[in-house]
Amino acid sequence: MELSRLPGFLLRRGIKAVIVILAIVVCNFLLIHAAPGDPASVIAGQSGAADERFLQQLREQFGLDKPFHVQLWIYLKGVLTLDLGFSHRQQQPVWTLISERLPATLLLTGAAFVLAVAAGVTLGTLAARRVGRWTDSVITVIALTFYATPLFWVGLMLVLFFSVWLEWLPSFGMATVGVELHGIEAVLDVAKHLILPAATLGLFYLAVYARLTRATMLEVADQDFVKTARAKGVPEGQVVRRHVLRNALLPVITFAGIQAGQLIGGSILVETVFAWPGIGRLAFDALLARDYAVLLGVFFCTSVMVVAFNLLTDLLYAVVDPRVEVQG
Amino acid sequence: MALSRRGLMAAAASAPVLMRASDAMAQGVAPRRGGTLQMMLTPEPPVLQIGVNQQGPTLAAAPKMFQGLLTFSKTLEPLPLLAKSWTISPDGKEYVFSLQENVKWHDGQPFTAEDVVFSIMKFHMELAPRARAIFQLIETCEARDPHMVRIVLKQPFQPFLLMFDATAAAMVPKHLFDGRDYRTAPAVQRPVGTGPFRFTEWQRGNFVRMDRFDDYWKPGQPYLDSIIYRIIPDSQSRRLALESGQVLLSQSSDIEPFDIPQLRQRPNLEVSTDGWQYFSPLSWIEINHRVAPLNDPRVRRAMSMAIDRNFIVNRLWFGVGKPATNPVASTTRFHDANAKIAAFNVRAANELLDAAGFPRNAQGVRFTLKHIPLPYGEIWTRLSEYLRQAMRNVGIALELESTDAGSWARRVGNWEYETTINFVYQFGDPTLGVERTYVSTNIQKVTFTNTGGYANPRVDELFQQARAAAAAADRQRAFSEVQKILVEDVPQIWLMELAFPTIHDKKVRNVITTGLGVHTSFDDVFIAG
Repeated sequence: MELSRLPGFLLRRGIKAVIVILAIVVCNFLLIHAAPGDPASVIAGQSGAADERFLQQLREQFGLDKPFHVQLWIYLKGVLTLDLGFSHRQQQPVWTLISERLPATLLLTGAAFVLAVAAGVTLGTLAARRVGRWTDSVITVIALTFYATPLFWVGLMLVLFFSVWLEWLPSFGMATVGVELHGIEAVLDVAKHLILPAATLGLFYLAVYARLTRATMLEVADQDFVKTARAKGVPEGQVVRRHVLRNALLPVITFAGIQAGQLIGGSILVETVFAWPGIGRLAFDALLARDYAVLLGVFFCTSVMVVAFNLLTDLLYAVVDPRVEVQG
Repeated sequence: MALSRRGLMAAAASAPVLMRASDAMAQGVAPRRGGTLQMMLTPEPPVLQIGVNQQGPTLAAAPKMFQGLLTFSKTLEPLPLLAKSWTISPDGKEYVFSLQENVKWHDGQPFTAEDVVFSIMKFHMELAPRARAIFQLIETCEARDPHMVRIVLKQPFQPFLLMFDATAAAMVPKHLFDGRDYRTAPAVQRPVGTGPFRFTEWQRGNFVRMDRFDDYWKPGQPYLDSIIYRIIPDSQSRRLALESGQVLLSQSSDIEPFDIPQLRQRPNLEVSTDGWQYFSPLSWIEINHRVAPLNDPRVRRAMSMAIDRNFIVNRLWFGVGKPATNPVASTTRFHDANAKIAAFNVRAANELLDAAGFPRNAQGVRFTLKHIPLPYGEIWTRLSEYLRQAMRNVGIALELESTDAGSWARRVGNWEYETTINFVYQFGDPTLGVERTYVSTNIQKVTFTNTGGYANPRVDELFQQARAAAAAADRQRAFSEVQKILVEDVPQIWLMELAFPTIHDKKVRNVITTGLGVHTSFDDVFIAG
C-alpha cells in the first residue's frame, strides 16, 4: 500500500460513510415510527389508569404532537450536531444513557471477540495441520456443535453447570452488588462475572473461525508456493505461519470485520440471559417502550461502528496482503 | 369500611400498628438491625419518582422512599402513616388529618402540612390521572397549622381515604418541585421522600440501591441497612437468582407461575399470595361490543360458560389466584357473593349459541373471532391458547394475533381489537376501580377506560348512586344490584382474581403485613440471624 494514497482514500470513504449513515438514520426514523403504538400510549398502558389529558400532556412533552416531517427534521439537525436527543421517558439525554451502557457491552463483546478469534484460529490451524487424525475430528465435532446450537441454550446450560451444580461462577450480573471491592479484587470480580456470558457469545464465532481457518488453510496448503517453500527447505513451522496461515487469514479477516461491526448490537440475547447491563438490552427495552430517541441513538452508534469497521477491514487487507490496493 | 366518626378513629387506628410491630415478637424472633435485602425489579422502570411514573415496578419500589398519609390493612381498614390520626365530619365532606411530627425529608428539610397540600392539589392533580379524577372533588385543601390539613369536599365521597396510600398519592417535597416542571425537575432523577430508605444509586440495567435513612421518624426503624433491587430481564435467570440465594425476595411477575410448584418444594422459601387486597387485580377477556356478534349478550354468556376457570387457576397459574365470580373481586369492598356468573357448562353454552341463531358450518365453526394475547409474558400466551381450545368446544374459532406491549396498548386504546385479555386493579372500592370499565360516560379512546363500549343506562345509574351515596349501606345496595345485572349481561368475560406470588427466604420477616403487600415501606422488615 502506498501511504501517499491514504489521505485521499480516507477522505473519499469518509464522505461516503457520512452519506450512508445519514441514509440509515432516515430509514431508521421512518421504520420506527411505522411501528404501531407510541411512547405515550405505552406509558398509559403501563400506568393502570389514564385519561385524554394525560396522553395529551405526554405527547406534547415528547414532541409527538408536531407534524412528522418536523420531527424528522429536528432529529436530523440533532444528529448532524452530534446531539442524539433526549429520552423523555427516562428523563435523560440519550448520549448519557448510551455511554453508561456502552462500556459493559464493549467489555463483553470485546472479550468474546478476542476469545473467538484467538481460540478459533488456533483450533482451525491445529485441525488443518493434523487433518484426518483424531485431533482434527475432535475439533471439527466441537466446532460443529457450537455452530449448530442456539445461543440462549448454550448460555442456560453453562449457567446450569458452572453456577448451579459447581457453584463456581455467578449466574448473572456484571459485578457483585452490595459489597465494596477495590483494586484487583474488583477486577477479578468482574472477570468472574464475565466468563460465562463471554464464552456463550464467543463460542458460536469460535466455531466459525475454526471452520473457516481449517478450510482455507487446507486450500492454501496445496498451492504451488507452499510446495516451493517446502522444497527449498523452509522449516515446517515457518511454512505454516508465514506462507499458509497468512494467506489463509483473508477470509477470517473479512468475517472478523463483520463480527466487529456487530459488537454493539449483537449481544441482546446474552445480555438478557445473564442480566448484563449493556446496550443491547437498552435497545430492546427502548423498542418495547417505543422510546424512539434511545432506539435511534443505539442504531446510530451501531451503524457508525459497522461503517468504521468496514473501513478498518479494508485497510487491514492491504496490510496482510500487499497485493490488495486501497481504492476509494 | 364503616364511616369513621370524629375522635374515634385516632384511638382505633393506632392499635393495628402496635400489632404489626409485635407480629415478629409473637413468633419469638426479635427484630434484628442490619443486613442488605436484595430483591428484583421487573421490568426496570424509567424513573422512580412516583406520580411521574405509575408503573407496577415503581409502585413496588418507590414506597420504600415515599409515603402516603395512610396505608391499608388486609381488610382495607385505614392505618396511620404520615397522618397519625384523622377525623371525618358526619356529613362525610370534611376530612382533617393530624400529621406526624418530627418527620424529615431525605435532604433534612422538615415535612409539613404545606407539603401535603402541594402534593394533593398540585403535584398529583397535574400528573396522575387516577388522583386527578378523585381530587377534583376537593373544594378546599388547606394547612391549618404545620401539622394539620383540612380538606373539604364538594360532595361526600366515601372511598376518599383510599386515595391516601403512597401508591395513589405519595407525599412529595414542595421545596423541590414547586415552580418547576414536575416531570423534568432534578428530584425526579434523585428522589427525595420521607420513607425509611433514601435513594443512593441506580446503575441502569443493573441495580437500584437505597440505604437506611438515619433520621427516619419511627424510632429504631428501619431495621435493614440497605435495599437493592437487581434488574434481571430473563425469567429463568430470576428463578435461578432466587434459588441460589443471590436475591432473597421475588414479587409481582418476577417468577412465572409455572415455576412456582418447584419453588414451593424448597424448604427455605416461603410462597405467599397475600398482600394484593388493595389492588385486587381482576383479569378478563376484553370484549369489543362494536364487533358483531359480541354485542349479543347470549353470545357473551355462552363464551363465559365455555371456560373452565378452575382449570385456568389450577393448571395455568398453579393455584395462585382464584376463579372470578363477578366484576367485583372478592377482596374488594362491596363484593356481593350472591351475584355469580353462570357455571362452566359446555353443553348449555352450545345450546345457547344454537338458540341465538349461530349454527355450526361444515367445519363445526359458528363464527370466527380475532384475539390478541396479552404481551406481558409467557403465561398470558398459554392462557390465550387455552381459550382458543375452550372456544373451539362451542364452535367459536379464536384466531390469535401476537403483538408487543406498545401495539397492544395502542390497539386497545383505539378500539382496534375484537377480543383480547386485560387485567385491571380495583383499588379497594368499585367506584375507584370497577366503575370505569362499565359506565357509558367513560367510553374513551384510552386504555383502562370503557374501551369495550358497553352501555346500559341502569348500570350507569347504579354506579352513579353508589358513587354519590354517603352511607355504606346505600352504596352496598346499589353495588349489589349492579353486580346482579352485570353477571347476566357479561359485558366482559371475567376470568380470574389474580394474585401475584411473593416468594422469599424464610429468614426475611414481616414481608407482608398489610393489604398492600410488597408495595409498602419495609420499615419493619428484617433479616433474622
